[in-house]
Amino acid sequence: METKDIFVFAQQVDHQIDDVVFELLSEAKKLTASIQIDDFHVVAVLLGENVTDLTSVLFEHGADTVIVCDHPRLHRYSTDDYADVLCEIIRDKKPDSFLIGATGIGRDLAPRIAARIDTGLTADATQIEIDPTGEHPTQLWITRPAFGGNLFGTIVCPNHRPQMATIRPNVLLADFHQVGRTGNVETFECTIENEPRVRWLKRIPKSTHGVNIAKARIIFSGGRGMVGHFDLLEKCANQVGGVVAASRAAVDLGEAPKDVQVGQTGKTVRPTLYIACGISGAVQHTAGMDKSEFIIAINKDPQAAIFTVANVGIVGDAVEILPLLAQEIKRIQEANA
Amino acid sequence: MNIVILVKQVPDTTEMKIDKTTGTLIRAGVPSIINPDDLAAIEEALVLKAKYGAHCAVVTMGPPQAEEMLREILGRGIDTAYLLSDSRFAGADTWATSTTLAAFLKTLDVDLILAGRQAIDGDTAQVGPQTAEKLGIPQVTCVEEILSLNDHHITVQKAYETYSDLLEVDLPCLLTTLNSMNQPRGMNFVDAWKAYDKTIVRIGFDDLHLPLDQVGLKGSPTQVKKTFTRSVQSGFIKQELSPEDAAKTVSEILKAYME
Repeated sequence: METKDIFVFAQQVDHQIDDVVFELLSEAKKLTASIQIDDFHVVAVLLGENVTDLTSVLFEHGADTVIVCDHPRLHRYSTDDYADVLCEIIRDKKPDSFLIGATGIGRDLAPRIAARIDTGLTADATQIEIDPTGEHPTQLWITRPAFGGNLFGTIVCPNHRPQMATIRPNVLLADFHQVGRTGNVETFECTIENEPRVRWLKRIPKSTHGVNIAKARIIFSGGRGMVGHFDLLEKCANQVGGVVAASRAAVDLGEAPKDVQVGQTGKTVRPTLYIACGISGAVQHTAGMDKSEFIIAINKDPQAAIFTVANVGIVGDAVEILPLLAQEIKRIQEANA
Repeated sequence: MNIVILVKQVPDTTEMKIDKTTGTLIRAGVPSIINPDDLAAIEEALVLKAKYGAHCAVVTMGPPQAEEMLREILGRGIDTAYLLSDSRFAGADTWATSTTLAAFLKTLDVDLILAGRQAIDGDTAQVGPQTAEKLGIPQVTCVEEILSLNDHHITVQKAYETYSDLLEVDLPCLLTTLNSMNQPRGMNFVDAWKAYDKTIVRIGFDDLHLPLDQVGLKGSPTQVKKTFTRSVQSGFIKQELSPEDAAKTVSEILKAYME
């Protein structure tokens, strides 16, 4: 079977392209650059209703071609309709690989497709490269954490195409952006006639305070050592325009909602500054924050594993330090005012 | 109403340690547990059984020692247990696992399949959806609440990152459950007592009429090229400071980030 190109699923909800799509396009751009075959392109696949205007931003972030399938039934995500259309596109276009963001939608959709077209799928990957041995010029080596982040595995799919993976959001860099860059738009005609087996009734907004830790610039994060004192984190975070996050231990103990859990079973964050307070630093946690630009760790235990990922480590009790830090911040802000 | 729950026995990954000299996982002495998301599926099945009346069967694929886990699940009030166990099933990725599970599930009369969202050892969340696909039935993943059930449909609330959808799904279907959706009950005396008289049905490769190249390691499209543990970085500053000095040190760094 002659296959070519790296396809990226351009997930959109409410006419908004998900950030992970830009990360995947940048990555796919790098991958095609290291494949020694001409005519190997980055193709974004965009499904929805009246979404053609979203193609320009996909070109600017690295897509060479955008395949658009516009249909009223694709207005809102549905496993069946999206899987049907994407399988049709894959059978028709024969991509060499297909990357999908490991979002709620992506992890629902990708396994369904891989099962139907009988190919391999790697889940929730954090790194992709082209076969470093050079033996297979288009083979992807896809690395992902397993066993709660304790172990990493590099997975290949040697005999089936497309090679598929879901990629964890916020891990790869969306560093390709050329304003005004354009490309080919291909329209894909699809027919969806069957009666839906899953009927959408309504959307329910999440009843949380709506903090998105994945987008925060400064994070004050608390672990078991901060139990009963999350208000101290909240105070410091508010002073500097940061947000509060938590380790799994703290979430399990009811100190913070699951939405702000950082780690393998929570969210991956890469803020400019991450301040870990009373967090021991199990791999389960560090897997979700070790790509932060700068990490300060405060822990009473000098042997705590969190120090191995920190830029600055302070052996001490965060519960004692944070109230003093709040005063220091206030002093600095007043001096600057 | 026939409900089937898919479960997996997993090592308790929170108990796992790394051998610092060899950089490998130490698996000896790590307890085996019922996968946490699967416990939620078992609990939901028991709730539906009490509310609407249902026969509940549990299905697992794994080594012979998974029988212990099945015995415990029977002790929570599940009616029947099936163990898919064969050396030829070993090393299966999610494609081969779902092929095997679906081949067996086709032999049962099933209205509703419940499975945990993901297993804590592999963390793929793929076996549920892939099994649904191979059975040709609809799926809803990340279900956080089951609202109602009748002979034809089930109404569920599905979680996304920032919102949830309320969905009505035709039966038969497959749902994957989140461990936050309920508080699973433990074993009870009556069911635990009965569990020891129940037969756990063993299913092997020969029972499923599948080609050998569709099961186990050989039937898996993906292959593990290598495994490794994360190397520990060094060369950072670690200092023992009084709370006052610590606050000053942190605020000095923070200064650069303040607007």
